[in-house]
Amino acid sequence: MSVVFRKPDSMADVNTHYCPGCTHGIVHRLICEIIDEMGIEGDTIGICPVGCSVMAYDYFNCDMIEAPHGRAPAVATGVKRSLPDKFVFTYQGDGDLAAIGTAETIHAAARGENITIIFINNTTYGMTGGQMAPTTLPGQVTQTTPYGRDVEKAGYPVKMCEILAQVDGTALAQRVSVDSPKEVQIAKKAIRKAFQIQRDKKGFSIVEVLSTCPTNWGMSPVESLERLRKECIPYFPLGVYKDITAKENSND
Amino acid sequence: MTAERVLMKGNEALAEAAIRAGCKCYFGYPITPQTEIAAFMAKNMPKRGGTFLQAESEIAAINMVLGAASAGVRVMTSSSSPGISLKSEGISYIAASDLPCVIINVQRGGPGLGGIQPAQSDYWQAVKSGGHGDFHILVFAPNSVQEMADMVVKAFEKADQYRIPAMILSDGMLGQMMEPVVFPEISDKMPEKPWATNGHGNKRKHNIINTLFLQPDELEASVNARSKKYETIVENEQDAEFYLTDDADIVVTGYGAASRICREAVDEARKNGIKAGLLRPKVLWPFPVKDYQKIVPTAKSILCVELSTGQMIDDVKLAVNCSVPVEFYGRTGGNLPSAEEIIKKLAEINDSLS
Ligand SMILES: Cc1ncc(C[n+]2csc(CCOP(=O)(O)OP(=O)(O)O)c2C)c(N)n1
Ligand code: SF4
Ligand SMILES: [Mg+2]
Repeated sequence: MSVVFRKPDSMADVNTHYCPGCTHGIVHRLICEIIDEMGIEGDTIGICPVGCSVMAYDYFNCDMIEAPHGRAPAVATGVKRSLPDKFVFTYQGDGDLAAIGTAETIHAAARGENITIIFINNTTYGMTGGQMAPTTLPGQVTQTTPYGRDVEKAGYPVKMCEILAQVDGTALAQRVSVDSPKEVQIAKKAIRKAFQIQRDKKGFSIVEVLSTCPTNWGMSPVESLERLRKECIPYFPLGVYKDITAKENSND
Repeated sequence: MTAERVLMKGNEALAEAAIRAGCKCYFGYPITPQTEIAAFMAKNMPKRGGTFLQAESEIAAINMVLGAASAGVRVMTSSSSPGISLKSEGISYIAASDLPCVIINVQRGGPGLGGIQPAQSDYWQAVKSGGHGDFHILVFAPNSVQEMADMVVKAFEKADQYRIPAMILSDGMLGQMMEPVVFPEISDKMPEKPWATNGHGNKRKHNIINTLFLQPDELEASVNARSKKYETIVENEQDAEFYLTDDADIVVTGYGAASRICREAVDEARKNGIKAGLLRPKVLWPFPVKDYQKIVPTAKSILCVELSTGQMIDDVKLAVNCSVPVEFYGRTGGNLPSAEEIIKKLAEINDSLS
């Protein structure tokens, strides 16, 4: 009998603490599939953020470090500069990466730090109970925008891929989604490309994954995916914002 | 082979000694008066197989330190007072992760932006509150260019031995002044770090560096385990220098730059018939309580001299259990007390004793 579906080796055999329908789990799995396929579990160091994925150190079988809130790109820099031949990835939420850790993110990109960031944009602070995130959409109701995000007072959402595409050290900035099997496949390809860029020592790569937080959005998992398609994707369009390998690849 | 004596600035001697001690990564952000350390590292690390990286902030620098320490290499950062405040978050995480690293504070006057002249007003921050939570770091207090070099080597070794951050609490005067220095012999054997997150190579279970414990019992167990380690450090690592204390009525005490002026004052006071001595803590955490206890039977008074309005004095009082009166003399803002000012204070105390 052939096995058609199994847990990746680099994924720990434990139940995660994520809520039903949360997309954190899908993204974990994609990363682990890539780590398995590239055969790099023993050479990979993952950095988890402060946020819902803070305990991801228990879900990945590679070596793991838990960073202070927002500082994962700096921690990753310290690891990578010490071990330039290892793979180093961070896994960060939108509050972590695009609010408290904005400086660390942009400067890791500016240095062309040869690391990969997997960025989970769920338009909210999931872990702390659904406050406004730097990515919360205009009008979106959260615990700290109970009347909806009023851009006059609370400002506009931050579009990180668009910003990071302007930075010379960025090798790859791509926004993906995991709301359908087709998008999951695109997301997986993007993550693979990011790790390949790291293997080739080409610089900073970030894959932003539009994600759901059914719990704090107050929706069922299915409704959440619908909201993601109807509201999030139009504001945060999917696609490749920068890919320095695109040209080489098109010449293949 | 006789070791060579070279004339160097304190900051540069410290940086050179750090590289000799096997420091592989340096991360920092510019600030006066630690400038020479970063400049020396920028010039020398790339030539000697190390990494120098100017970070976007002290926050980023200390987190790069966290990363490099996790990877198992010897790593250092340096800053001055306002920058150390920004590093506090990272220092707490590094301590909670049981990671070794070396942090240099070339103190300047505070609070706030303060000034750029020497001060000792970060004593509390260094020994009591360098970040949130129940933790300690080792704090060394050099008072010469030679000790800037010696203590940074010791800091790396002790940091590795106990898996604890170690700080050199220096100041602008020690950093900038030039003196001859002989670099210490350094063992080229680096300790094994089986806990490091450097890629398990499919040879061991994955290592995790983490500071989160959501179950109260687990957090308590982790804090208590670290506390046990601190007990060992308190037992083994106290260190102080005694100068003319055996028959001293008044024991002057001060660390770092202040202790140099105190020593001069003690010599002058002796010429004037005042039986003064000097007790100089070389390590500030753990505070050398055992050494202070030694002067309790003979000292009639203690004069604590600091480049602050009085911070270490609390620990001096505790160390002698308030069984000897402790007086204070301090200058701050970047001003140094003169030996004459201290002698005047000693004469006043001496008069009150008779
Ligand atoms: C310095 C600091 N400030 C605030 C917090 C509280 N905190 C924990 S998680 C979090 C937000 C996480 O949101 P995000 O990064 O979007 O991740 P998500 O939970 O949505 O996956 C905050 C503010 C903290 N732990 N540390
Ligand atoms: S709170 Fe939201 S982001 Fe966090 S696990 Fe639950 S659904 Fe996922
Ligand atoms: Mg979020």
